[in-house]
Amino acid sequence: MSDVLDAPKPITSRFDPRFETTLYAHVGAAGSHTLAYYQAHGGYEAARKALGMEPKAVVDEVKASGLRGRGGAGFPTGVKWSFMPPVDGRQRFIVCNADESEPGSFKDRYLLEDDPHQLIEGMLIAGWAIQATKGVIYVRGEYYHALERTQAAIEEARAAGILGTGVLGSGFDFDLILHRGAGAYICGEETALMNSFEGLRANPRLKPPFPAQAGVYGLPTTINNVESFCAAVHVMRRGAAWHAAMGTDDSKGMKLYQVSGPVARPGVYELPMGATFRELIFDLAGGPTESAKALIPGGSSTPLLPWSEATLDLPMDYGTMAKHGSMLGTGGVIVIPEAKCIVDAFYNVVRFYAHESCGKCTPCREGVATWLPKMYQKLLAGQGTREDLVVMEDMVKNMRGTAFCPLADACAMPVQASFKHFRHEYEHLVDTGTSMYPRRREWAE
Amino acid sequence: MSAMHQLPTVTPFFADKQQLLSEILGRYPDYGQRSALMPLLWEVQRAERHVSEARVAEIAEILGLHATEVKGAMSFYGTYHEHPVGRYHLQVCRTLSCALAGADEMADFLEDELDLVNGETDAEGRFSLQFVECLGSCGTAPVLQVNDTYFERVSRSRCRALVDAMRRDALPEPTRERGGDNEAADPAAAAEGGAT
Repeated sequence: MSDVLDAPKPITSRFDPRFETTLYAHVGAAGSHTLAYYQAHGGYEAARKALGMEPKAVVDEVKASGLRGRGGAGFPTGVKWSFMPPVDGRQRFIVCNADESEPGSFKDRYLLEDDPHQLIEGMLIAGWAIQATKGVIYVRGEYYHALERTQAAIEEARAAGILGTGVLGSGFDFDLILHRGAGAYICGEETALMNSFEGLRANPRLKPPFPAQAGVYGLPTTINNVESFCAAVHVMRRGAAWHAAMGTDDSKGMKLYQVSGPVARPGVYELPMGATFRELIFDLAGGPTESAKALIPGGSSTPLLPWSEATLDLPMDYGTMAKHGSMLGTGGVIVIPEAKCIVDAFYNVVRFYAHESCGKCTPCREGVATWLPKMYQKLLAGQGTREDLVVMEDMVKNMRGTAFCPLADACAMPVQASFKHFRHEYEHLVDTGTSMYPRRREWAE
Repeated sequence: MSAMHQLPTVTPFFADKQQLLSEILGRYPDYGQRSALMPLLWEVQRAERHVSEARVAEIAEILGLHATEVKGAMSFYGTYHEHPVGRYHLQVCRTLSCALAGADEMADFLEDELDLVNGETDAEGRFSLQFVECLGSCGTAPVLQVNDTYFERVSRSRCRALVDAMRRDALPEPTRERGGDNEAADPAAAAEGGAT
C-alpha cells in the first residue's frame, strides 16, 4: 500500500515540470533534418544501445514501455513485434507506414521532413528487435518534400555506415527501401499498403494471415507508424520506465496531437498521454477563434464529441475515448465551429471516404462510395425527407463491421455520431429545406 | 508485312536512361521486381506529365507483365494521369479542415480565375485544376498543391499572387509553415509572420 502512495504521480500534463518534448523537440530547428545535427543531439545512441542488447530484450523493453501504435489503432507495439515467427532463414521485413492520410492528421509529415533520422533510427532498432535486415518506408505520394528529405537522410546514413553492411560497427546488416505511394488513403491499411508496394492494386488482403506470417512478398513482416518508430528511439534511449511514467493506465508515453479548425494556433503539439483537450486546444493552441459545438478527437473517422466543459476536461487517451464512444485515432483533433452546418461538414467527411473506397466490398462500394453521398446531396439540395434520415441511419448501421477492411466503419462511425448528437440539424434541414447554418465566407483575405 | 503496316514507333522512355532504370530495379529484391511498377510510372509522369499507352506497354515489358496489369495498378491511384496535365497542376484540398478554412471558396475562385472546371487542362497546357482529398496539411489550411509543392495558409491574396506568378512562369519557393510547437524556431516561418 505504501508503495502505491509513494509512487510518483504519472505525468499527464505538458506543464508538469518533469515533462520534456522528445519526438518533436527538433522539428523546426535549422538543419534538424541532417545527420550532423541529429548526431550532435544524441542521434543513433539509442540504436547503438539496442544493438548491444539481445533482440528479445529490445522487444521486452518496448513492451514494458507501454507504447501503443500511433497510426490510429493503438495496438501495443512491443506485442506486435513479438508476433514475428522464429528466424528461419527467410528474408524478414520491417515496414514504416508513412501513408498519413486520415483527415485531421499531419504529424508524420513534419517528422519525415524535419527529423528523418529519428525515423531511420527507430526502424533500425525495430529491425534489430525483429531481426529484419530490410526495411521499407512507404510515403504517401503527395509528401514530396518529405520524400526528398528522407531519401537524403538515407543516403547520409549509408555513407556514414549507419545503414548497409554491419551497421554502426555491429555485425547486423540493415538497409531501407524508400517507396512513394500515389494518392490512395486505403494504402494506410497495412495489407493494402503491402499490395501497393508489390505493384498490385491496393485492395486490402484477407487477415489472417497477418503480416508477421505472410507480409511483404509473403514474407514475415512487421508494420508500424512513423511516430511509433520515433517513440521507440526514446524508449531505448531513456528506458521503458521513463516512458511508462507518462500517461494513464492504458495509454503510456508522449504523443503528437494535432489540432486544426478555427483555433488561434493550429498545428502539432507534443503532450504526455492523458493530457486534456483543454490543455491542447486552449493552453497550447490558444483556444477557438469562434464559438465551437463539437470536436473530432482523432482524425475524421473518430466519432465527434459535443463541445462542453466536461468534454474539454477529458484526458486524451485510448480508454477514455473508448468509454465516451469515440477513439483516440491519430490524435488529430478537429474543432467544429457552431456556425458550420453539421450536415455539410459530414457530407464533406463522407465524400472523402467515398472517394477513397476501393470498391471491393458491397457495403462500402454501395454504401460509402455511392448511396450515402447521394443521400447527403439530396438533403443539402433541400429535397430530403424524414424517411431519408431513417434510411441513412439504417444504411450506416449496416456498414458497420460488414466490410473487409475498416474503411466502411471509418465512414459509418462519424456519421452515426453526427446523427446521435446533431439530429436536430438534419431534421431542420429536411423539414425546412434550408440549413440551420447557411454557408458563409470562410476564406481569409 | 510491308513497312506501311507497322505501328508508329515511339522512342522508349528508358532507352537513354539505363542507369536510372537499373538503379530503380536495383532497389527491390530479385523476387520483388514488380515493386518497381510505381517508381517507373512516377519517372515517366514527372517527365511527361502523364503516362501514355506506349509508356504503359514499355513498363509492362520491363517488368515482364501484361500492359493491362500495369494499367490496372495505375488506374487504382488518383495521381497517375492518362492524359497530360498542365505545366502547373493545381490540386486544391477540399477535405474538412481545409473546407473550414475556405477551401471551397478557393476552388470556386480558381475555377473562375482559370476558366477551368475540376479535372480540366487549359488549351495552352499551362494550368490544370483538380480537387483532391486531404493532403495532410490541416494545421496550415487551406493548402494548394502545385505539381509536387505545397503552398500552405493560402489566403485569397496569396492565391491570387500565386496564379499571377505562374502566369509569368515565376512560381515562388514555398514558405514552409507548420504552426504548432516550434513554429517560431523556423526563421523563415517567423519572418513570414504566420497567417496572412
